[in-house]
Amino acid sequence: MENNLKLDIVTPHGLVLSEEVDEVAATGTEGEFGVLPGHVPFITTLRIGMVVLRKGGNTEYVFVSSGYAEVSPDKVVILADSAEKSEGIDVERAKAAMKRAEERLRKAEEIDFARATASLERATIRIQIAESRKPR
Amino acid sequence: MPGLKEIRKRIGSVKSTKQITKAMKMVSAAKFRKAQTRILELRPYADKMNSVLSNLAGTVETGHPLLELRPRKKIEIIVMTGDKGLCGAFNTNVMKAAFKLIKETREEGIEVSVSAIGKKGNDLFKRRGVVLRKSWVGISGRISYLNAQEIIGDIIENYTNEIFDEVLLVYNEFRSALVQKVATARLLPLSPVKAAGAEAQESMADFLYEPSQQDIFDKLLPKNLEIQVFRALLESQASEEAARMTSMENATKAADDMIASLTLQYNKARQASITKELMDIVGGVEALKQ
Repeated sequence: MENNLKLDIVTPHGLVLSEEVDEVAATGTEGEFGVLPGHVPFITTLRIGMVVLRKGGNTEYVFVSSGYAEVSPDKVVILADSAEKSEGIDVERAKAAMKRAEERLRKAEEIDFARATASLERATIRIQIAESRKPR
Repeated sequence: MPGLKEIRKRIGSVKSTKQITKAMKMVSAAKFRKAQTRILELRPYADKMNSVLSNLAGTVETGHPLLELRPRKKIEIIVMTGDKGLCGAFNTNVMKAAFKLIKETREEGIEVSVSAIGKKGNDLFKRRGVVLRKSWVGISGRISYLNAQEIIGDIIENYTNEIFDEVLLVYNEFRSALVQKVATARLLPLSPVKAAGAEAQESMADFLYEPSQQDIFDKLLPKNLEIQVFRALLESQASEEAARMTSMENATKAADDMIASLTLQYNKARQASITKELMDIVGGVEALKQ
């Protein structure tokens, strides 16, 4: 069985990350999943969430907004609308976005509910990743 | 013949114009390079998406509403221009092609609705009295994937509600820094996704899908559209800056020529006035002698 796993995170704005890792965990639309080297090949859509990657003793978190993942035994490719490493997250902006989304949800008049919730979710996860780096 | 002072003034003004055009050329060159890199950055994403889509196409029902061909009763034409001028024939070319397409489609007896992306197109359509269904302005220069999502969201919504049966996009395709070509692309209905060869299919056969293959396929189709529009936006941007670069280069050259000819004129005028003064003096001396 292969012992290495390559993780590529690709967005329309370019390659965000390409690294050898020991383990990857991500949030699929049907639930969270973890990938170790030698995983059964599979394709899934992703929810707004975080990708957790372990390498040596380190754990890193990457924010990913919806997209999908293609898993092969020695490679994980994640295609997302946008993705940010924890150090690349603009916390101020995320907080502002959270406030805006909450505001809109509270007023709840003629708003695109799905959009507001999605934007709230994005902001919340971004903040989680950026601030504690140890979410949930 | 204009006086010395006027010529000198004109030389001055042409020189400062030249500096502006030169600076604009540099700015465009920088923006152009940036747009070009972004096109390159999009490529891995687009390629990956296409390979997954074509792999799936062989295994799923492809009767998605976005793929379905309907009788062409009403067509939406989206015209993509820049927000700014001073870029040669860039905007004019797109608009010419757009007007031609609109006219031809109407002659076929098909209803046409028009939308504009970019301020220049928006303004020109309004001046010509064309009613726009929708217009997106002010996005060139800071194009983000969200713009493409917004545009596609609107289009898909109207398309599935059968407000129009076909969507065409007229934009400047990017060939190279020197060549831009106006292109018309059909966004909807999507051209059928070609199923990948048997070899690739086989390698995909072992995959597990979550949710089902069908769901993933259906979800990827709109994404694919978003990418097409995003790419068109970037290409249009790159073409615009390339066109601006060329036209500013030409303007700088023209300014150089003008400065040369004005300098010549200036020297001639100066010499003429010196000769005239000399003749006056000589004439005066001769008169005194007598």
